[in-house]
Amino acid sequence: MSETVLEVENLTVDIPIASGMLHPVRGISFSVQKGETLCIVGESGCGKSLTSLAMMGLLPKTAQRRTDKLLFRGEEIGDLPERQMSKLRGGAMSMIFQEPMTSLNPAYTIGDQLMEAFRRHVTRDRAVARDRAVYLLEKVGISSAASRLSQYPHQLSGGLRQRVMIAMALMCEPELIIADEPTTALDVTIQAQILHLLAELQDEFDMGLILITHDLGVVARIADKVQVMYAGRTVEEGPVNAIFEEPAHPYTQGLLRCIPVPGKTKRGERLGSVPGIVPNLVGDLEGCMFRNRCPHATAECDTAGEQLAKLSSGDHAHACIRSLADRAAIDASSTKAAE
Amino acid sequence: MLAYALKRSFAALLILIVVSALTFSLSHLSADPALTIGGAQASDEDIEAIRKLYGFDRPVYVQYFEWAGRALAGDFGKSYHYGERVSFMISQRIGTTMTLGVLALLFALIISIPLGVVAAIRPNSLVDRIALLIAVFGQALPTFWFALMMIIVMGVWWRWLPISGNDTWAHFVMPTIALGYYATPALMRLTRAGMIEVLGSDYIRTARAKGLSPSVVLFKHALRNAIIPVVALAAVWFGFMLGGSIVIETIFNLKGIGWLSYDALLRSDLPVVQAIVLIFASFYVILTLLSDLLNAWLDPRISVR
Ligand SMILES: Nc1ncnc2c1ncn2[C@@H]1O[C@H](COP(=O)(O)OP(=O)(O)OP(=O)(O)O)[C@@H](O)[C@H]1O
Ligand SMILES: [Mg+2]
Repeated sequence: MSETVLEVENLTVDIPIASGMLHPVRGISFSVQKGETLCIVGESGCGKSLTSLAMMGLLPKTAQRRTDKLLFRGEEIGDLPERQMSKLRGGAMSMIFQEPMTSLNPAYTIGDQLMEAFRRHVTRDRAVARDRAVYLLEKVGISSAASRLSQYPHQLSGGLRQRVMIAMALMCEPELIIADEPTTALDVTIQAQILHLLAELQDEFDMGLILITHDLGVVARIADKVQVMYAGRTVEEGPVNAIFEEPAHPYTQGLLRCIPVPGKTKRGERLGSVPGIVPNLVGDLEGCMFRNRCPHATAECDTAGEQLAKLSSGDHAHACIRSLADRAAIDASSTKAAE
Repeated sequence: MLAYALKRSFAALLILIVVSALTFSLSHLSADPALTIGGAQASDEDIEAIRKLYGFDRPVYVQYFEWAGRALAGDFGKSYHYGERVSFMISQRIGTTMTLGVLALLFALIISIPLGVVAAIRPNSLVDRIALLIAVFGQALPTFWFALMMIIVMGVWWRWLPISGNDTWAHFVMPTIALGYYATPALMRLTRAGMIEVLGSDYIRTARAKGLSPSVVLFKHALRNAIIPVVALAAVWFGFMLGGSIVIETIFNLKGIGWLSYDALLRSDLPVVQAIVLIFASFYVILTLLSDLLNAWLDPRISVR
């Protein structure tokens, strides 16, 4: 029986801005098991980073978070005071960020920054922390690890720094790693190495992994489950095979249109093949948010809800009010009408 | 780091040589020193005798090397007016000026860094506004006016503090505040701006994601980086404050170098002026060097550039 590491139910994030209330995340639910990889995909601005920051309790000060449930190892952490939350952070749950070039403090050595969290969460003992740091630097494929400890971030390349970030995230044996586009800033060959490494380590240490990415090729290769986000909501979720083989939501279909064969997508292929722009998420919102870009939209969609509806194969769900067959029928009749 | 230190020291040395040559030549070119010494009533023969006596008739570069050589050994000649050795006059007074300068710098740093940090943590809060007010006042008020107001209020009305002389520590309180306040606004604004920028940076998010305590994030990760430009600015201000001490020392009758230079300028006492200019300039150069080295230590990226 697999163990649930993280369970989120109905996560919303609101940010007051000059023009009103922004709703960048509008009711997201998911769960991650030990040893499982959940990939969150979606185009820029759909709320992926805010979702991951919300789970870590690292949202910007002005942002307001609400959840029905936020369970970590079965315990509610949504209402933990900051002091308790900071004990989990960097300990049992850790995060890898997008920008390896700026995510390390230029004023301190790699060793100091690696050992810091360990010495706060596990033991003050320098020697133990040092051994762990060397062990993990070797694990992430950094040669002459011991001598790297006294180097500063500016002495390392981007790829090496991201390896250091990964080692840093692993220092306290986390049960959950959240990686927010960990390879976007790196060049293509390095990207593949880093992702491969991440997947390998996740397997070895039996951690839950939430990987946020733009890269569908990566998703096809390492995801167990996929969550497709659009405008702050989940529009489709399911096992990786189901998503690639039977994409149900028009947005997912749009994303995948350029990929004829599942699992053979070229590395580095970016989303954004869906024409149109993302709606403004300020103020009261109604109807399906994808309708202005949807080729199948009708008047009904102006008032439609965006609830996830289960599809035939158990875990697979999408948030379109119409089934695949319905959409085909509508499309057929509208082409007829046009003729 | 060592190579960097050597390189910077060499540059500092070159600057010092240029500065000393300028000091020497400026005061020699501005007026005929023999005329100044002899005074208006001196006859032509007297002037000629003075020229011979002081060696003004020899080529300028010979005079420079001789002067520089003696200056290196701490010998700046005798004051034209008092007839005392310049080195003795300076050594008697430099302690007062240094004490004032260091106290004023400490005062400025103790006020400006915490205020800047608090203002950065809560931009537009009450503290931030008060800090801004202090800064605006500091920039707008002339130092001498501020000093005079203090003398009137704290010295004359309330009789808390002595207003003239340098016999006790109490004598240094008002001069320190007057001189230090002058540097506070710039240091505070720079601390605030630096902290705001650093607090929004990715590595601060990383530090928070590691679950470090807020004070570790603030002081270890943020302040260390935000303080780098402040160190450089503080060094510059320290130099300004030593120069600015002319006004403060004169107002409070503190018998330091500033007071001495004011006196020497009034009397065209050339050796004294030269010595003071050279000492202040050297001090400035050394300060800049020290702040560069301190910066390189704080920011490991500097020494590789
Ligand atoms: N502090 C903030 N204040 C106001 N709006 C914000 C803030 N942070 C994020 N947003 C907005 O919220 C939306 C979602 O942002 P988020 O960073 O989660 O997107 P993302 O899916 O991670 O995009 P990307 O792929 O570009 O990283 C965006 O429209 C963004 O402009
Ligand atoms: Mg993002």
